[in-house]
Amino acid sequence: MGFEPTLLARINKPNSAKLEGYRADGGYAAFEKALKDKQPLDVVTQVKDSGLRGRGGAGFPTGLKWTFLPKDHPGPIYLCINADESEPCTYNNRILMEKDPHQVLEGIMLSCYAIKSNRAYFYIRYEYGDAYRTLQAAIDECYAAGLLGKNIFGKGFDLDIFLHRGAGAYICGEETGLIESLEGKRAWPRIKPPFPAIEGAFRKPTIVNNVETMACVTQIMRRGIDWFKSMGVPPDPKNPRDAGSYGPKLYTLAGHVEKPICVEVPMGITCRDLVEKHGGGVWKGRKAKSVNPGGLSMGFLDCNAPLKGEDGKTEYDIPLDFNGPGKVGCLGLGTAAVTVIDDQTSMVDVLHNVCQFFSHESCGQCTPCREGTGWMLKITDRLRRGQGRTEDLDVLVDVADRIGIIPGTTICGLSDGAGWPVKTAIRKFRKEFEDAIRDGSKSKYARPLAMAGAH
Amino acid sequence: MPTVYVNDTPVEIGTRKLNCVQAAELGGVLVPHYCYHPGLTVVASCRMCLVEMGELKDGKVTMQPKVFPGCQTPVKDGTVIVTGEYDKRKPAPALPYDPAYKPGERAKKSQADTLEGLLLNHPLDCPVCDKAGECKLQDYSYQFGRTESRLVDEKNQPPNKPDLSSKITLFTDRCILCTRCVRFTREVSGTGELQVVGRGHHEEIDVFPGFPLENKLSGNVVDLCPVGALGSKDFLYTQRVWYLKTTDNVCGNCATGCSTHTDTNKDIVYRLRARENHDAQGYWMCDEGRWGYHHTHSPDRITRPLAKGADGVLRPTPWQQLQVRRQFEDAVYVTARRAVVVLSPNLTVEEAYALGTAFKKLNKELRLALGPVPVVGEDDHYPKNVRGEYVPPAKFTIRAEKCPNRLGVEAVLTKLQGEVIRFADVVREDLNALWFAGGYRDPEFVNAALPQGWKAPAHLLVQDLFHSKLTAAATVVLPATTAFEKDGTFVNHAGLAQSFPRAVKSGPEVRGELQIAFDLAGRKGLATVAAVRKDLANDLPQFAALAELKQPTASKKVELATV
Repeated sequence: MGFEPTLLARINKPNSAKLEGYRADGGYAAFEKALKDKQPLDVVTQVKDSGLRGRGGAGFPTGLKWTFLPKDHPGPIYLCINADESEPCTYNNRILMEKDPHQVLEGIMLSCYAIKSNRAYFYIRYEYGDAYRTLQAAIDECYAAGLLGKNIFGKGFDLDIFLHRGAGAYICGEETGLIESLEGKRAWPRIKPPFPAIEGAFRKPTIVNNVETMACVTQIMRRGIDWFKSMGVPPDPKNPRDAGSYGPKLYTLAGHVEKPICVEVPMGITCRDLVEKHGGGVWKGRKAKSVNPGGLSMGFLDCNAPLKGEDGKTEYDIPLDFNGPGKVGCLGLGTAAVTVIDDQTSMVDVLHNVCQFFSHESCGQCTPCREGTGWMLKITDRLRRGQGRTEDLDVLVDVADRIGIIPGTTICGLSDGAGWPVKTAIRKFRKEFEDAIRDGSKSKYARPLAMAGAH
Repeated sequence: MPTVYVNDTPVEIGTRKLNCVQAAELGGVLVPHYCYHPGLTVVASCRMCLVEMGELKDGKVTMQPKVFPGCQTPVKDGTVIVTGEYDKRKPAPALPYDPAYKPGERAKKSQADTLEGLLLNHPLDCPVCDKAGECKLQDYSYQFGRTESRLVDEKNQPPNKPDLSSKITLFTDRCILCTRCVRFTREVSGTGELQVVGRGHHEEIDVFPGFPLENKLSGNVVDLCPVGALGSKDFLYTQRVWYLKTTDNVCGNCATGCSTHTDTNKDIVYRLRARENHDAQGYWMCDEGRWGYHHTHSPDRITRPLAKGADGVLRPTPWQQLQVRRQFEDAVYVTARRAVVVLSPNLTVEEAYALGTAFKKLNKELRLALGPVPVVGEDDHYPKNVRGEYVPPAKFTIRAEKCPNRLGVEAVLTKLQGEVIRFADVVREDLNALWFAGGYRDPEFVNAALPQGWKAPAHLLVQDLFHSKLTAAATVVLPATTAFEKDGTFVNHAGLAQSFPRAVKSGPEVRGELQIAFDLAGRKGLATVAAVRKDLANDLPQFAALAELKQPTASKKVELATV
C-alpha cells in the first residue's frame, strides 16, 4: 500500500507512552521549534493552511475556529480538549491517549501557544481509566521535564494542563455541554450565540478541540502542510462550501467484522475497502446489510442500494471523507467509527438499540429532543414486540425529521444524531420494517421497557 | 427609526433591545412561550416560541431556512418575523417574499410538534387539575396544537412529590420541564433548592433530600409554573379558577407594597398572585404576603361594634345606639389637650385624610398621632448565596416595616398639623380620651406598642381587626376593614402611591373607616374615595393625580413632603 501510519506510528513500540521514548522519536522538537522560531500567528496560519478539519465529528476547520477568538484579548483564553469519546463504537481517541499521550500533549502545547492560552483543560470521560492514568503520568513527566509549567524553554510561555474526569454522559461531548460540565454544572448545552470562542469556559474565550485533532496539529507542525495535503480528498469544485478532506484519519471498525480494529489511512477510503481490506470482511462469512459510517448518529448506509450514476457501485462504495456519507443521506463522517451490520441482523433491533441509546442520553433540556427520543424509543420497543403499526413508521420519520439544530428546534446536535439513524433506517429499509410489522414477529431480544426511574 | 416586520406589519422598536417575543408583542402578535420569562435568564429550551426569521434588505426578503426560538433571538432594524399565525395576521401589505416560500408553515408545524411532544407524557387530568382554566398548556394546545395525539404507547407516570415543601406540592407528571421554577430559586431567591434530576424523558424537578423548598419567596414558583405541576397547598382544590374574580390590588403586609392580583369568589379571598409592576416590586411577591390574607376571613375578627356596659363587659351594640360621635365629642369637650386620635399606618391615604379632617373639624386642638409602626427584624434582600447571605444587586426585598402606608399617613398628618406625633410619645401621657383607628392584622403589633403599666384613658374608642390589650380596655370597639375590603391608596417605602379597588365586601355590620369619617364630620352623601380625593387634591397637591384616576388601579410616584 505504501502508506506509513504517522498518528499511530508509535503505538506498538515498547514504552510508547513514556517521554523518553517520544523524545527519541523526535518528540517535542516541533513545539520547541515553534516556541523559538515562530510567532503564535504563524502556527495558526500553518494549521489553517493545512486544511485540517476537526476530527471530533462536525469537521469544522480547526485553524478557522482559532481565528474566531477575539483579537488582543487580555486573557485568560482556555483550550478544552474533548476526550469525552462517547459515540458508540468509537475508540480512536482512546488508542491515542493510552498508547501515545505525548503526541496529543504536544499538539495541545502547540495549540495553546497558537491561541495564546496558558491553560488547557483535558476533559476525559470517566470510563477511560487507563487513558486517564496514562495521561496523568505523561503530564507529570512533562512538568518534571519543564515542558509544562512556567517559562517553558525560557521563552516566557506558561502552560498548565488540567486533566478533568467527566462523570459519564454522552452530552458532555457536546462542546458547550462539556464546558458546563467542566464548570461543575449539569451538562446542558448552552444556547449559541455567544459561541465558546467568544464566551466559553468560566465566561472566557474558549476553544474546544478533539484529541485526534491535537495529534494532527503535532504532525502538521512537524511535517508541514505539504505532507498533510498529500493525503485525502481535495474540495469538490461543485460545492463551494466544501473545505476538502485532507490528511490521515483514524477509522475504527466495529460490529459484525472479523477484525475490529483502529486503522490509520488517508481520508477518502471507501467503506468497502475499509471493511474488506482492514477489517477482514464481514464476520462468519456473511454479507454486510448496512453500515454505519461514523458513529451511530450519522445514520445508516444500505449496502445493497446502487449508487446513482455509478455502475456496479452501491452505497457500500462511498468514500469516507467529510462529504462522502452526506451524499447518500447520512449526516456526515462523524467520528469515523464504522459499524457493520450483517445480513442476519434485524434492523428493528438495531433501531431499537439506537433509540434506547439516544433516549437515555438526551439531556432533556429541549422539548423536541427530550420527548421525541423517548417517543421513538417507545415506538421501536413496540415494533420489536411485534405490535407495530404501519403508521408508526411515518410517525418515526416525522419525529426524526423535526428534531435537531438543522430544522432549528433544539439547542445542540444530539437530536440531529438521534433522528438521523431513525430516518435513514426507515427510508432505506422500509420494506423490512413493513414485513416485520405484517408478520407480527417478535424480536428474540425484546425485554420490557423501563417506564419510570432516573436515567 | 428601526423597524421590525411581524407578520408583515411594521413595528417600530426604537432604541430598545428586544427579542422576537417582545417585538411580536409590540406588533400585537402572541408568540407562545413556556420557559421564557422576562424576569429570568433565557434558556430557549421549551421551543414553543419557534418563529421563522429573515431580513428585509434593499427591498428583498431573505428568509432563513430553519426556525428560531423567538425568546433567544434579538431583533434589529429590518428583521422579518413570521409566526405560525401568519394566516391570521392583521391586514398589511405583504413583504416581497420569495414566491416559493410559504410564510408561517414551518413555524406552525414546529409549534404543533412541540405541543405534541409536551403532551406525550402529560396526563389528561384537566378535570381534576387546579390549573385548568388558566393553564398555558391548555390555552396553547387549543390555539396552536393538533386535535389528536398520535401516541398509542403508555405515558410515563413519575410519582408525585407532595412534600416538595410545607406549602408547595409537585404533580410531577404534569411538569413540562420549562425550568422556570429552578431558575427562580437560583437567580431570584438564590436559595437554589430546586433542580432537575434524571435525563431525557425521565427528567423530573426535585429537591435534594432533606432540603425542601423552604424560602420566603417560594410561592412564586407556583405563579411561574405554566401548567399545573407546582401547586400551592393553600389554594389546592379550593376553587375552580373560572369562578374567581380577579382584582388588581396592593399587598398590605409590608412597606414594599407589592402589586397583586387578588382572586376572590363571593367575597372570599382565595389566592394572591404577584402583579408585574416595575415601579413597585417587579415580578414577584413574598410568601408572607401571598399567604398572608387569612386574617381577612379569620373567625377571631371583630365583626360588629361592641360597647362596654356598666358591668365592664363588652357587648355587641347596634350602631344606632352607639352614638360614637357624641361620646367622643363629650370626652374631647372636657379638655382637648388630653385627647388624641391615632391614625394607623394601615389606613389608606384617603381614610387618614378623611378621619384627620373630621377630627380637626370636631376640635382644632385635637392631636393626631401616627399609630404604632410594626417593625419585625431587618429588611430582607434577595438573592441569597448558599450561606444565606445577601448578594447585591437586590431583586426582591421583604421590608421589616410590616405596614403598607406609613409614608402616606405621615404626609396627611404633616399637612393637617404640621408634624407627625408618634404613638410611643402620646401613649405615656395621662389621656382622657383616645380614638384608635387601627386595622392591624396581628394584635401583637398593638400589644407590643403598649408600654408596661399602661393605663387606659377613661374614653377609649378602638377600631381594629382583632382583640388586643387595647380593645380589652376600650369603652367602644368598632370593627375595622382590611386592605381587601376598601378602595384607597397606599404609599410604599419608596414614595410610590398605588391606588387599588375593593376586592371583597366587608361584613354586614362593618362600617368602613371612610364611612365613619363621614359620620363624624356629619358629611352627607356616599362615602366614596372619589369624594375624598377631590378635597385631598386641593390640600395635598402631591396626590392631585388620584382625583383624575379613571381606572381603579394605578400607581404613581409621588413626591412627599419630607417629615
